[in-house]
Amino acid sequence: MNISINGEQIDTSAETLTTLLEQNGYANATIATAVNSTFVSQGERENHLLKEGDQIEVLAPMQGG
Amino acid sequence: MREFYGTKLSNALMLGTAQYPSPAILADAFKRSGAGVATVSLRRESGTDKAGQDFWAMIRELGVHVLPNTAGCHTVKEAVTTAQMAREVFGTPWIKLEVIGEEDTLHPDTFALVEAARILSEDGFQVFPYTTDDLVVAERLLRAGCEVLMPWGAPIGSGQGLNNVFGLRAMRAHFPETPLVVDAGLGLPSQAAQVMELGFDAVLLNTAVAKAGDPAAMAEAFSLAVSAGQLAAIADPMEPRDMAAPSTPVIGKAFLS
Repeated sequence: MNISINGEQIDTSAETLTTLLEQNGYANATIATAVNSTFVSQGERENHLLKEGDQIEVLAPMQGG
Repeated sequence: MREFYGTKLSNALMLGTAQYPSPAILADAFKRSGAGVATVSLRRESGTDKAGQDFWAMIRELGVHVLPNTAGCHTVKEAVTTAQMAREVFGTPWIKLEVIGEEDTLHPDTFALVEAARILSEDGFQVFPYTTDDLVVAERLLRAGCEVLMPWGAPIGSGQGLNNVFGLRAMRAHFPETPLVVDAGLGLPSQAAQVMELGFDAVLLNTAVAKAGDPAAMAEAFSLAVSAGQLAAIADPMEPRDMAAPSTPVIGKAFLS
């Protein structure tokens, strides 16, 4: 299915958010996720099923004022 | 010093972490100033270079309180979602709540700010709202659950100093028990000293330090200024007067004319 991660379109076979993150280099990273602008906590990722057209945001600590 | 949601800070300087020439200079600025709080943010992370992971490791080594922000958010929904993500990543209920309403001045959208503050406070967040010196908005923020107020001194990154000293003084007088922080707009340590002389509890700044020729030295200068202003406020400054009053005693003066 086609989804986007941080604005980039990808074709993935991952069914859950956890699998998607592992397949795209985020395993063990300190990150937070949102799907279609709604926060999905770390504990919810395993059971969060992806669907066509989902927009995934993967955020990490960054400099800020 | 008043406490921030039950936390007493040993240093009333809160420093941003953006725009420094290098991570080493950022770390040096914190070490030389002794700043007690570091503001941080969240941005998109690449699965390949993972820039955020190194940054977060460095911030944790500083051993300071972390205050995540919602910088760049323009709606209640954006700000609330960002705050939820920040709480999970940084492991703190503290959130510097920014909801921007106008691009040229980065003026907060105070209507959306109050609504977001209410939602987040009800969800257990400890909200530090970036606001103006508007007393009515301040009152609404307190009613929404905020226990700290952070009025701007001037627009973010402008270095203008305190654009409305009267408004800040009125805020201090109107909310005598509320921890108050001037957030944004400061350019010089003397302005930070003035904030503290007004009886504020802390200052939060970033650009004035990060963009100085020697950021670490400027961070230390701000720290000294904050301490001086804080001590001056405790020392109970004299009231200004319109006319001169000789400080040297007149009695006993020689008659020489």
